[in-house]
Amino acid sequence: MQQVKPRRDPAPSRFAYRMQRWWLTPLVRAVLRVGLPAFMVSFAIGFYLSSERTVEAVSLAYIEIRRSVEERPEFMVHTMAIKGASEELAQDIREIVPLDFPISSFDLDLPGMVTLVSSLDAVAEVDLSIRPGGVLQVALIERDAAVIWQSRDALEALDANGHRVGPVAEREDRPDLPFLLGEGADKFVPEALTLLEAADSVLPSLAGLVRMGKRRWDLVQNEGPRIMLPETNPLGALNRVLVAHVSSGQDLLSRDITHVDMRNPLHPTLRLTRDARVELELMRVQARKQHFAQLEN
Amino acid sequence: MKGLYQAQRAMRAMRQTALQRGVLAVLDIGTWKISCLVLKIDGPDSFADGDGVGSMAGQSRFRVIGAASTRSRGVRFGEIDAMAEAERAIRTALQSAQKMAQTRVDHVIACFSGASPRSYGLAGQIEIEDTSVTEQDIARVLADCDVPDIGSGREVLHAHPVNFMLDNRSGLNDPRGQVGKQLASDMHLVTVDQMAIQNLAHAVRRCDLHLAGVASSSYTSALSSLVEDEKELGAACVDIGGGSTGVSVFLRKHMIYTDCVRIGGDHVTADLSMGLSISTNLAERIKTVNGGLIATGMDDRERIEIASETGDWEHDRRQVSRSDVIGIIRPRVEEILEEVRASLDCAGFDNLPSRQIVLTGGGSQLPGLDGLAAKILGSQVRFGRPLRIRGLPQAATGPDFASAVGLSLFAAHPQDEWWDFEIPAERYSGRTLRRAVRWMRENW
Repeated sequence: MQQVKPRRDPAPSRFAYRMQRWWLTPLVRAVLRVGLPAFMVSFAIGFYLSSERTVEAVSLAYIEIRRSVEERPEFMVHTMAIKGASEELAQDIREIVPLDFPISSFDLDLPGMVTLVSSLDAVAEVDLSIRPGGVLQVALIERDAAVIWQSRDALEALDANGHRVGPVAEREDRPDLPFLLGEGADKFVPEALTLLEAADSVLPSLAGLVRMGKRRWDLVQNEGPRIMLPETNPLGALNRVLVAHVSSGQDLLSRDITHVDMRNPLHPTLRLTRDARVELELMRVQARKQHFAQLEN
Repeated sequence: MKGLYQAQRAMRAMRQTALQRGVLAVLDIGTWKISCLVLKIDGPDSFADGDGVGSMAGQSRFRVIGAASTRSRGVRFGEIDAMAEAERAIRTALQSAQKMAQTRVDHVIACFSGASPRSYGLAGQIEIEDTSVTEQDIARVLADCDVPDIGSGREVLHAHPVNFMLDNRSGLNDPRGQVGKQLASDMHLVTVDQMAIQNLAHAVRRCDLHLAGVASSSYTSALSSLVEDEKELGAACVDIGGGSTGVSVFLRKHMIYTDCVRIGGDHVTADLSMGLSISTNLAERIKTVNGGLIATGMDDRERIEIASETGDWEHDRRQVSRSDVIGIIRPRVEEILEEVRASLDCAGFDNLPSRQIVLTGGGSQLPGLDGLAAKILGSQVRFGRPLRIRGLPQAATGPDFASAVGLSLFAAHPQDEWWDFEIPAERYSGRTLRRAVRWMRENW
């Protein structure tokens, strides 16, 4: 059989040839292979998102999916465990941290809660963590009350740094704590504590420290003279008084004086009681009389 | 001469553009096949490693990124015969080469074997103005060569300065800067039929390409097949193609003669086809599979089926012995070689210091050709395979790709041609301003 159909011409047609050359042009190739698909995709996305409803639906679906992951039982927090707090402080914390258990751990604002809990006066340090098993662990260190301060308005417990710990209803509630008085005393609690520590062993009837005129301390005893301390180096002045009291059996502070005035350290002064003054005067008179008697003899 | 300068210089400028762009196609338009190589030019310095000849004889600055060859159509005797057919064949080759290269090619350098090339030796002589030879002197001596009457309808294809003589010293390659009085030059001029070049340019243009250079394929196949020593000492490259056989003679690294014999492998096939009354395709197949040139007793016993499909059972079931086939092939090959011999005699090949014959081209793959060629052309015969260039597919490394490979070497390292030198200042008439500019540039 002879071949009926002529064989196909293997040569490309002019059009095919030109098309191939056009396609092999670097710029055209780049545009068609990268530019056009990128444009198509961005155009399609833009077109899809151009309607308000689809945007809403997409964002809703997104939120839904996010929610469903967040609310898996693995991420849920059921209880709050408070460690290192007294009963009432724990109660306070439970009150101020408004959590509605069970809650997803994604919804917990741990840094915010840390600042919230730290804002409580009685809390010195707090550490929040989520333990496996859905427990929000609040580990905290309470402030220890070091002194009681009678301010103008209220009676308050302060810690060693002068930070407020909490109100005290009555002085008798915490008889173990030393007592501070006067405006501005809370700013100088560390200094007051060193003074009290120095005085504590020597002065059994120590009542407390009074801040005078916001600048210096007075040490007050239940029975005994009041020691007025200078602005600068009050500890040194106090030590001098205590040494004078203790050494050589002089018992300075158990004498009949009302004030030991150390405000000018170069010029310590004693203020006597009225009786003592009379006594002193009498003694002087007596002495003078003796003196004159001797002279006359 | 002006027109020639301008056309060739335009092509040279085009080639510069292509080299800068980095992609260049090489097109070998043969009678049997049209092959196309796409070259990626990596720039002159990318592989330069110090002085001297770099790796792969300095040819490694380009690589082949696309290669394709297709059955030629519309080409006879190495000339374009049917424009539309040839254009389609060029398009096919180019398209698949471009596809392989994955890039678009705009510039093409073409070579062809036919168009009856003719060689002329030209001589020129001048007195040197200055004491030493300047480039301007070379331009003048080249311009001084008296162009023979190349005939109407002919065009200069190559014009290589092959030799310079300074006073009584001959054999200078580069006389620039040397001291002398009288400068003479020899030039080798190759002319071809104008129609062939014009047809080629037209076909290339119809494929949306720029023609960046034309070369004779006998020259380019010699470039890739001859080794340096052969080019230096004298050798002839015989490129046996489909429709024509190119001959080129080299001495001192320059082509000094080229010719074309208008017989080739296709004629062998046609002889077989006629002698055995079989189709051309079958004849081609028998030639390539069972062909040979020297018959032995064994060949009498080797029977070859020449099955065809005419419907005539007796006719379709014939057998011939291999000796018969050889008996048909051999006279034609002898004729080709005789013609080559005549052409070489014409060129004075016997006077060369070394008379190496290198056989290349698709037709040289006939078994036993070296023995036959040694009898006719001279004792020193070898088969030439083209130089290996980077990236060339294995399928394109055979001798049938010698001219395509040589053309890519030619594209990367073109031989200085006449038109590469400056036009001597005297030839500029009237353009005083440019002359003044030239004078300023040369003297400062």
